[in-house]
Amino acid sequence: MLDTAVHAELAAILPAASLLTAVEDVKPYECDGLTVYRALPAAVVLPETEAQVVAILKTCHAAKVPVVARGAGTSLSGGALPDPNGIVLSLARFKRILAVDALARTAVVQPGVRNLAISEAVAPLGLYYAPDPSSQIACSIGGNVAENAGGVHCLKYGLTVHNVLRVRGVLITGEVVEFGGDAPDSAGYDLLALSIGSEGLLAVITEVTVRLLPKPQVAQVALAAFDAVETAGAAVGAIIAAGIIPAGLEMMDQPATRAVEEFVHADYPLDAAAVLLVETDGTTDEVAAEMAEIRQVLTAAGATSIRVSRDEAQRLLFWSGRKAAFPAVGRISPDYYCMDGTIPRKALPRVLQAIAQWSVEYGLACANVFHAGDGNLHPLILFDANKPGEIERTIAFGDRILELCIEVGGTVTGEHGVGVEKLSPMCRQFGAAELTRFHAIKEAFDELRLLNPGKAVPTLHRCAELGRMHVHHGELRFPDLPRF
Amino acid sequence: MTATTLEALCARVRDAAATNTALRIRGGGTKDFYGGALEGEVLATTDHAGIVDYEPTELVLTARAGTPLATIESEMRAHGQMLAFEPPHFGAAATLGGAVATGLAGPRRPYAGAVRDLVLGVSIVDGTGEALSFGGRVMKNVAGFDVSRLMVGALGTLGVITEVSLKCLPLPKHEVTVAFALSADEAIRRVNEWGGQPLPLSATAYHDGQLRVRLSGAQPAVDAAVRKLGGDADPAADAFWTAVREHTHPFFAAVGERVLWRLTVRPTAPFTDLGGEQFIEWGGGLRWMVDSDRVDAGKLRTWVAAQGGHATRFRGGTCSGDVFHPLPAVLARLHARLATVFDPRGILNRGRFVPLR
Repeated sequence: MLDTAVHAELAAILPAASLLTAVEDVKPYECDGLTVYRALPAAVVLPETEAQVVAILKTCHAAKVPVVARGAGTSLSGGALPDPNGIVLSLARFKRILAVDALARTAVVQPGVRNLAISEAVAPLGLYYAPDPSSQIACSIGGNVAENAGGVHCLKYGLTVHNVLRVRGVLITGEVVEFGGDAPDSAGYDLLALSIGSEGLLAVITEVTVRLLPKPQVAQVALAAFDAVETAGAAVGAIIAAGIIPAGLEMMDQPATRAVEEFVHADYPLDAAAVLLVETDGTTDEVAAEMAEIRQVLTAAGATSIRVSRDEAQRLLFWSGRKAAFPAVGRISPDYYCMDGTIPRKALPRVLQAIAQWSVEYGLACANVFHAGDGNLHPLILFDANKPGEIERTIAFGDRILELCIEVGGTVTGEHGVGVEKLSPMCRQFGAAELTRFHAIKEAFDELRLLNPGKAVPTLHRCAELGRMHVHHGELRFPDLPRF
Repeated sequence: MTATTLEALCARVRDAAATNTALRIRGGGTKDFYGGALEGEVLATTDHAGIVDYEPTELVLTARAGTPLATIESEMRAHGQMLAFEPPHFGAAATLGGAVATGLAGPRRPYAGAVRDLVLGVSIVDGTGEALSFGGRVMKNVAGFDVSRLMVGALGTLGVITEVSLKCLPLPKHEVTVAFALSADEAIRRVNEWGGQPLPLSATAYHDGQLRVRLSGAQPAVDAAVRKLGGDADPAADAFWTAVREHTHPFFAAVGERVLWRLTVRPTAPFTDLGGEQFIEWGGGLRWMVDSDRVDAGKLRTWVAAQGGHATRFRGGTCSGDVFHPLPAVLARLHARLATVFDPRGILNRGRFVPLR
C-alpha cells in the first residue's frame, strides 16, 4: 500500500490514467521475462515527460519509497521485478525518436523506443543500430542500456556499451545528469561506461544517443556440420586464428538442432553432433573473399558438410533455426530455464561434457546454444514445473553450470544481467572486497539505496549465509560493516 | 617476483594511507606531462611486469601493468594481432598501465574502438592498499558494475592498476592510405559522409590542406574503396601514421614550449578559427590546436562545449590553470564520491586529475 501522502503527491504530478494502484491494473507489472519471481508493486507510474520523472523521483526520495524503472519488461534476470513496498516507473510512454543526424550517424531516442524500431527508422539512410538482442522486436533501448545488452553480432560490432554515445538520466534526488556526449570522449571519469549495465541502480534513463553504422551491402552465412562438439569448438578457434572476425559465429548442439528442426525446418543436418553458423558481411568483393577463406578453414578443421547461403532467403532460413532456438525448446518441454554464462572458448569441451554428465545425474535434458565467437553459452535446461522437485533440481543443475563457468575463468552472466536471478552466483564470482566497492558505488549515486534495491549486487549477509563468501586468511574483511 | 611485487605494492599503499602520504604512480614516465601537477613519492609499477596469459585464438591478452607496450605489441604482432586502439607510446618505456590509466588512443580509435572499448578486466590496488579485481578475461561479461572501464582514463586516482585483460584484434590484411587536397570544411564533410558508407576506413588526418584517409581490411574491399574514393596513394603512409600517433609529426614537433590543446567535438562540428593552427583526426572528432596569443581559453571551452565536447590542455605551459574541462556541479560531486570509494584519503596521484580536488 502506498502511503496516502505519497499517493496524493504522485496524483498531483500525473494524470489519473498514469497512476495505477488497483491490483488488476498493477498485476501486469508483477514480473518481467523471468516469470518465476513475482511481486505486486504498491503503484505503477507512467510519466510522459522528464519533468514528471524528476518530480516523481523527488517525491519518492523524500518519502524513502523504492523505485524500479521498467522498459519493455523483457529482462531474463528479474531486473524489473517490483519491490512490494515501492513503485514501478514505466518508461513505456517515452517512445519517440527525437532526432536523427545522418551525417554524424547518431540518433537521439527516448528510452521506451524499441531496439528494432531504431534500425527501421534509419534504414532509408543506409544506417542501422548494431546490437541485436534476440528480443529486439520488443525490448527497449532504455532496458538495453541498463543491461548492456548484446546479441548475435557483438563479436564484430560490440555490445550496447560500444554503441551508445550519451545517456541522459535522473538521479534519485531528482537531479538531471548527462554521461558521455556527442564527442568521442568526455571530461572526467567514464561515467557513461559505468552507467551502462548498471541495471537501473544508479539513475533513471530519460534519453539515449546511439551510434549508427552503415548497413553492410551483403551478408552470407555458412552452415557447417561437425561430428563432435570438440571439433566444432576447435573450428571456431581456427577461424579466429586465421585473422577472421565473422559478423556472427554461433554453435548449436544436437539437442538444440533437433528441437528447432521440428519447429522451423531450417534445413539443419540432424545427424551432426554440432553445427556452426558463420556469417560474413560487407561489400560483395569482401564477402566473397572472406567466405572463401572461411570455407577453407572449416574444411581443414574437419567439417563434415558445409553449405553457404545462396541468397538472402536461404541466409534467413539458416538463421531462423538459431533465432527460434528458445521458443523451439519451449515447444518440446513444458518449461525451460535459460542459463547465460561466458567461458573462455578453449574450456568448451570440458563445460559441455560436465553439462552432459549432470543432465543424466539430475534427469533433466539440456540443449546448448552458444555465441561461440565470444564464449557466451546459453544452456537451456528442460523441466516441468508441475512435477514435484523438478524446479529445485533445475536450479541446482543451473547453479553448478554457473559455478563451472567461474572455475574455468568465465562469468555468471554474459548478457542477461544479474537482476535477482544471479545474486547467489555473484557471491562466488566476487569477493567481499569487490562487493563492498559495488555497494559503495551504488551509494555514491543513491545514498538511500532506493533505485532498484536488492538487485545486481548481493548483500554480504546473503553471501555469508550461503557460505560462499570469499574469506581471505580465515577472516572477513570489514568485520564492522553492516551486512544489509 | 610477481606475487611479491603485488604484495609489496599493497603494503606500500597501506603504509602511505596510514601516514597520509601522497603517492605518485609511475610506469615508464612517458606521460608525466599529462594532467595536473605531479605530487608525492614515486610508486613505480615497472617491476610488476610480464604477460600473464595470451591466447590468440581467444582474442584475449592479460598482462601486468608494468609490461612495456612495445613488448605486448611485438608479441601480438608475432601472432598477427594488434592493440586496435593504437596507444601512443611517447617514449620507449611506455607501459600498459600508463596507456590504460591515461586512456589515450591513436588514429584507429573511431573505427576500431577506444581503450575502454577493448578493456575486459582490470585489477587494482586501491587507496586503502587492498587488491581488487573487476571484469574478467572474457568478451561478454555483465556481472557487477563496469569498474574495469571506469579505471580507463582515471589517471590512477581510483587505484594503482596492476593487471589488465584486453581484447585483441587481427592485424589488417591490407592497408592503403590515399591523400586529397581539400579545404578543412570539405575534408570534415567528406570523412563524415564516407563514415556513413560501408567503407573500410581505419584513420583520417587533416592538416595544411591535405586530407589523408587510411583504408584497412581484405584486399578486395580496400582496392574497391580506393577506386571509389580516388585520391593519391601515399607510399610513406606507415611512417606518417606513426608520426601522428607519437606526436613526432612536424605539426606536433613545432609546438615547442607552447600549449598543445586537445579538443574533442561532435565529428561534424564546422571548422572554426580558434586562434591556433589545427590538426584534425578521428573523422573530425579530435582536433589538436597549438596555442597562440590569439587563443582565449574561456572562449575555446565555450565553443567546444557548444560542439558537444571538451577541451584539455594536453601538453606544455604551466599547470596552474585548469588542465581539464570543468564538470557540471552534479557530476563533480559524483566524481568526488567515487574517488572516495576507492581512495578515501586521496593519496593516489593527488592533484593529477584536476576536477577532483
